[in-house]
Amino acid sequence: MRRGIAAGYVASLPELRWAEPKGSYDVVIIGGGGHGLSTAYYLATRHGITDVAVLEADYIASGNTGRNTTIIRANYGLPEAIRFYQHSLEMYRDLEDEVGAAILHQTKGIFWIAHTEMALRTERARAAMNTAAGANTVMVTPAELKELVPQIDLTGGHRYPVLGASHNVEAATARHDRVAWAYAAGAAKRGVHVVQHTPVTGLVRDGDRVVGVQTAKGQISAGLVMSAVGGRVTALAAQAGLRLPIRTHPLHAFVTNDYQQGFPAIVASTELNCYVSQTERGQMLIGAEFDAQPSYSRQSSFAALRSYSHKITRILPFLRDLRVLRTWAGICDISVDFSPIMGFTGVDGFVITTGWGTWGFKAIPAGGEAMAELIATGRTPDLIQAFSLDRFERDHAMADQGSAGTR
Amino acid sequence: MLWLDCPRCGRRPLEEFTFGGEVRDVPDSITDPDARDFDEVWVFENPVGATTERWFHGHGCRRWMTIRRDSSVDQVIEVLG
Repeated sequence: MRRGIAAGYVASLPELRWAEPKGSYDVVIIGGGGHGLSTAYYLATRHGITDVAVLEADYIASGNTGRNTTIIRANYGLPEAIRFYQHSLEMYRDLEDEVGAAILHQTKGIFWIAHTEMALRTERARAAMNTAAGANTVMVTPAELKELVPQIDLTGGHRYPVLGASHNVEAATARHDRVAWAYAAGAAKRGVHVVQHTPVTGLVRDGDRVVGVQTAKGQISAGLVMSAVGGRVTALAAQAGLRLPIRTHPLHAFVTNDYQQGFPAIVASTELNCYVSQTERGQMLIGAEFDAQPSYSRQSSFAALRSYSHKITRILPFLRDLRVLRTWAGICDISVDFSPIMGFTGVDGFVITTGWGTWGFKAIPAGGEAMAELIATGRTPDLIQAFSLDRFERDHAMADQGSAGTR
Repeated sequence: MLWLDCPRCGRRPLEEFTFGGEVRDVPDSITDPDARDFDEVWVFENPVGATTERWFHGHGCRRWMTIRRDSSVDQVIEVLG
């Protein structure tokens, strides 16, 4: 059975042709992660704009796209965010048909567990807000949770009792590198240049306007430059004269060896600050909150590993019998209000999609679609109006308690 | 970074400390008072490399300290006291 899946897995990877950069493009996208590639894909497929280059410093999805825990959910805390992520969740559901490649999408549902009365109230508010804004989130009792996730210890190791949970029924996971590959292949097939191993070293400006990028392979001029950079966005934006409300923190995750019995759902807890799901290969995938101090180091830390293991084994004791197979870290751009920043920057010729913190993977389809529309039409789509960079000046920050990895 | 050298308590595990944010001034190049307010409230320098920051030794002497740290590798450069 596993072998059968694995065979289909490889066969369905579409062919992807890499390009060498030419001297000029209509649109240059910096960053070959999910958001950069999906924007290029939708520019080509929805708007017929194919004179586009996606410049990636390393290999595609080598940054946070390939390092996250692949949870797709819409149970956020603000109506604008819920509508945006719900749209993205629905796009993910149809993505295999759209791109013609298996991305191993699986609808699993996510349980967000409450261990205190206060947290239970928060989860109820979350469910109510989700329902009002169009996401399918319901409350479940501990008994119902036990039925759906039999492995759970409702006493939480006599330390974190389970009082209830909210259930975002449509939550899912998908294979991250396949999502990036599918978008890259789809874009490349339509003439977009996907360029790997080409770090952008600077922006080229003409007065206040951004007119191109400087790369290790020479200067490339562009009608419009989009930054889809993850991690080093503050330094890049500074070259366009922008100062961002962003800090960059590492987030650690790890997988265990194969868990034979199967674990059907995604389980998360805000109070314990961790989340767990099972990968297509049967490994248990565990992530938690980002490090308190900003850093660009992708070194995994023993402290993080110990703290996550300690917490997650309280509610899921079976994890004690598994062994940690692999650990890694990604560096997340955390905006002050825990919401992404998308759109125009006030600098001519330069648009940005950033602040993807710990919530970027689930937003790849909707974020790319919206940014492509913004580039093609010159107008900000309604769906992402609330996420513009100038919201801080307008005093409309989008403080979202529904973001994972945040307190 | 696993340990921090507290000027009072000596070398202690990082878990005893709370990160207190970067120490920064609004750059002189920003002159408009509103722009200065905006910068002070919202913006972070977020440098790749040396950064100065405050830490609180909550599970120790309960005092604040200032350190310089290299954010590119997450290692302390010096403890300023």
